[in-house]
Amino acid sequence: MKTQIQNGRVIDPKHGLDKVQDVYIAEGRIVGLGTAPDGFRPDRVVDAKGLVVMPGLVDLAARLREPGFEHKATLQSEMHAAVAGGVTSLACPPDTDPPLDEPGLVEMLKHRARVLNLAPVYPLGALTSKLEGERLTEMAEVRDAGWVAFSQAERPVVDTEVLWRALQYAATFDFAVWLRPQDAFLGKAGVAHDGEVATRLGLPGIPSFAETIALATLLQLARATGTRLHLCRLSTAEGVEMVRKAKEEGLKVSCDVGAHHLHLSEMDLGYFDTHCNVMPPFRSLRDRDALREGVREGVIDAVCSDHTPLDEDVKQMPFGESEPGATGLELLLPLTLKWAQESKLPLVKALARVTCDPARILGIDAGHLGLNAVADVCVFDPEGWFKVSPETLKSQGKNTPFLGYELPGRVRYTFVAGHLCYEAA
Amino acid sequence: MKMRNPQLNENGELQHLLTIEGLPREVLTHILDTASSFVGVTEREVKKVPLLRGKSVFNLFFENSTRTRTTFEIAAKRLSADVINLNINTSSTNKGETLLDTVDNLTAMHADMFVVRHAQSGAAHLIAQHVPKHVHVINAGDGRHAHPTQGLLDAYTIRHYKKDFTALSVAIVGDVLHSRVARSLIHALTTLGTPDLRVIGPQTLLPTGVEKLGVRVFHDMNAGLRDVDVVVMLRLQNERMRGPLLPSAQEYFKYYGLTPEKLALAKPDAIVMHPGPMNRGVEIDSAVADGEQAVILPQVTFGIAVRMAVMSILAGN
Repeated sequence: MKTQIQNGRVIDPKHGLDKVQDVYIAEGRIVGLGTAPDGFRPDRVVDAKGLVVMPGLVDLAARLREPGFEHKATLQSEMHAAVAGGVTSLACPPDTDPPLDEPGLVEMLKHRARVLNLAPVYPLGALTSKLEGERLTEMAEVRDAGWVAFSQAERPVVDTEVLWRALQYAATFDFAVWLRPQDAFLGKAGVAHDGEVATRLGLPGIPSFAETIALATLLQLARATGTRLHLCRLSTAEGVEMVRKAKEEGLKVSCDVGAHHLHLSEMDLGYFDTHCNVMPPFRSLRDRDALREGVREGVIDAVCSDHTPLDEDVKQMPFGESEPGATGLELLLPLTLKWAQESKLPLVKALARVTCDPARILGIDAGHLGLNAVADVCVFDPEGWFKVSPETLKSQGKNTPFLGYELPGRVRYTFVAGHLCYEAA
Repeated sequence: MKMRNPQLNENGELQHLLTIEGLPREVLTHILDTASSFVGVTEREVKKVPLLRGKSVFNLFFENSTRTRTTFEIAAKRLSADVINLNINTSSTNKGETLLDTVDNLTAMHADMFVVRHAQSGAAHLIAQHVPKHVHVINAGDGRHAHPTQGLLDAYTIRHYKKDFTALSVAIVGDVLHSRVARSLIHALTTLGTPDLRVIGPQTLLPTGVEKLGVRVFHDMNAGLRDVDVVVMLRLQNERMRGPLLPSAQEYFKYYGLTPEKLALAKPDAIVMHPGPMNRGVEIDSAVADGEQAVILPQVTFGIAVRMAVMSILAGN
């Protein structure tokens, strides 16, 4: 199948490209930009006049809920949501049931994803057995099973001796370790940012230093061990500063932020809106602004969806009993565009945070439109605003604090390896 | 996105009473004035008025509280309502029924009003957003968040003894962190124009940023009580007396318990309040609790009139 995408505004952040031209796809790869290769005869021509043609998005955190949580969402429903959101590569954290701590489970997940023939899934392996923070998983033994990195998902390693050894062991084989900086004790009973709003609403708080204390530990251990460390879901202004300094020092660290954290703060909890129960919690406006600036400057490398589909029952509860998390795959591009517009940032720069930058962190050749690259392409309408509603979301989870928001960037076509996986109705 | 004040109906009238925060001064004053008119009723020989005749009030208590439940029950009965008491700790939620399922079932039994107590902040809001339009919800305490009828009865008591809110110094002492009573009273008094509102306690018992609620923070009780007109003592829960927040009840009493000596720092005519139940010798000395300046039992009596006022106003809107 040969495809020609005509007259679109082609934006490829990795190569600094922003130009109206045609894209030629054959055998799953980009075979021409601007000029067709000799003898190219398209089987399909896509008219992209007025649309933006960009690399498919690379999402560093999407919970696909299999195995174990099929009542919340299935691989199938969430993969459809991914391509409807223009996401063509996904990393998924190991907090499934059972956790992804052995090759068989990872192999099964990858196989199930392959059968669906939508977007490739890159599972993160558990750093410790059952995520219990006690025993290392067989990292080296299973590298061929397709684990891209090792993570603890939402479970901090409590024992710092184990953490140190785990990072040392990972560094031995040059494996990356992805961890969310979160102290295991501070704010353990907390459900909201420990600040003005939590005080007013009487919600147990999670202080900012629950993040920065854990971050300090992780950075010290990264310095000591030389491990490639990826810090997940920063939420505080102080955390951004610590990562900035660590990078200046030359530590091998990278980090990401959830797209919803670029827009919302503790203020959005309103009257106990459980859709604003997310982990880490929405913090102060000052923190939110620091996160936005951190992404703009590149201190924060990537914006991810932190996709967590939940059924509505677990949000129809008192705030402190509701489950944290928001569905996000289909809002990653719109929320990134909204941030770019508000920050007056050119798209070619802004979109790097959801394409080539996360691809670099994952260590995969994706997220760009270079010649001969795998043809993962997202075509969206920059003028296509839409109202977020349960009906517009393909994800089985309708849980998002953005219900009712008008957001820009309706995806029109998504190609994965040259195959048209999604076309807007 | 649901940012409309969930307590008010489309005419801006009180549909539910969930928190004092955000209510206009006129609404609070109206409740206090209405309560005044009910104080007479409770002192008559026939203590009943027919304002809620034929209405069903469900006391929905997910957290045990004999005292608060009883005052609501008496208030509803004096308004001639039918009262059904449900203590739910032990029944359906343990069988897996969700909070809203329970509420739906009781609504189907034609409840007109729910009086809700729940250990989770925001539970009453959740129920209020869920029930049909004709049903009213009164928050009888949700987690650490709010206990609006207690805040109102405290305000009523202060007005009864001190007449004018706009020239008062009020000190709230103790475990503000976990206290819905403190939060509701702070909102009531800031709305009613009290110029000097203080909270006194160790840092471990004061929530982050409490000064943003419009209070001055004191850690030294002697400094905090100086020249105040009203002292409100908060209850210290047993499980918090020893642990990461406090070393012991004895040490707490030494630094934050109200003794006659400490009370002497307040104005000579200062009143002492307590939401009950009291821990004598932990937050308050018996000599103070039983002394002339204590108005703790009148608080209980006024509480019934205030709850009658809230119920009758809601039923009329």
